[in-house]
Amino acid sequence: MFTEICEQLSVWAIPAVLLIVPVIGYFRRVNVYEVFVDGATEGFYTAIRIMPFLVAMMVALNIFRASGALDVSIEYAKPMLILLGVPSEVVPLAMMRPLSGTGSLGIVTELLNTYGPDSMVGRIASTILGSTDTTFYILTVYFGAVGISKPRYSVGVGLLGDMIGFLGSIYICQQLFK
Amino acid sequence: MINLIWLLLLVTGIVYAGVHGRIDVVTQSAINGAEGAVALCLKLIGVMCLWLGIMKIAERAGLLRLMARLLSPIISFLFPSVPKNHPAMGAIIMTLCANMLGMGNAVTPLGIKAMQALQQLNSKKDTATDAMCTLLALCTAGFTLIPATIIAIRSAAGSVNPTEIVGATLLVSFMATVSVIIADRICRMIYHVRIRR
Repeated sequence: MFTEICEQLSVWAIPAVLLIVPVIGYFRRVNVYEVFVDGATEGFYTAIRIMPFLVAMMVALNIFRASGALDVSIEYAKPMLILLGVPSEVVPLAMMRPLSGTGSLGIVTELLNTYGPDSMVGRIASTILGSTDTTFYILTVYFGAVGISKPRYSVGVGLLGDMIGFLGSIYICQQLFK
Repeated sequence: MINLIWLLLLVTGIVYAGVHGRIDVVTQSAINGAEGAVALCLKLIGVMCLWLGIMKIAERAGLLRLMARLLSPIISFLFPSVPKNHPAMGAIIMTLCANMLGMGNAVTPLGIKAMQALQQLNSKKDTATDAMCTLLALCTAGFTLIPATIIAIRSAAGSVNPTEIVGATLLVSFMATVSVIIADRICRMIYHVRIRR
């Protein structure tokens, strides 16, 4: 029942917005087509403006990952993270999550296929992916789009959120699915 | 801090590859990264146009103002520096709603739109304002009611009950959101005390 409601909600959310907004707009005498195009024009320039910021971030991340430095830092971080109660299987996910959305999606898919989606590792990995976000991507894109180069304390706050999401996922899954 | 992180990623990556005799990897991955970033931007253009178009209709129809009025107690608590009738209010609300509904790549264009509106209130254009930091914190904590992607990959992996983690994700992302709001407030206070000195 609950499963079904969730599935239906996520399937309907976007079509509902796409239907409701233009219909209401039309009845409130908005020239829906023209206004849509007007707004969409902004989308083009915004996407182009982000490009240099994304290039900078993705080049650095790619080198870091491809050189093997990421794997080594995972090895180094492992004992400390295990001490905090992180199962060793999800350590790579902990390191990848703030850096790369597709990377962490890949890790979770792999974990689900190896350990099974209904195993403890599978549940923890799923919860982590569902309750955290790619901090560096958001930072790069959001601040890049308006040309902010001094993010002040927000990097630290974002990473704190990731850490709490992480440890919270592990702890709550272990309590919830005994 | 972002300068240091960026430099650290580059330097450790290149030095590590050099020491382990894999320096050739660096060139290739740098080029791949640059190309990947452009490909991602091109992919974003379509989604960006779609959502900013819809958002413009919502704005002209007065829907954003309506939502801003309904949710203004919460939003003015979170963003005290944003004037009540400023267009940033509506944009922030749309971003947070899209985030909560797990609308995936619809969130990015709306978030950017909100940042642009907040930038109008910014007197130092290269430095993030308090409100920008708060919005970023809320987005990175990623409070989501329906984590659609994760439900999809769980059911693809053959889970008996793909949505059983929804309760856990709700609880965890709520916790993360609350702690991020608190941390943001504390950092903001410290920052302003330091500036004044």
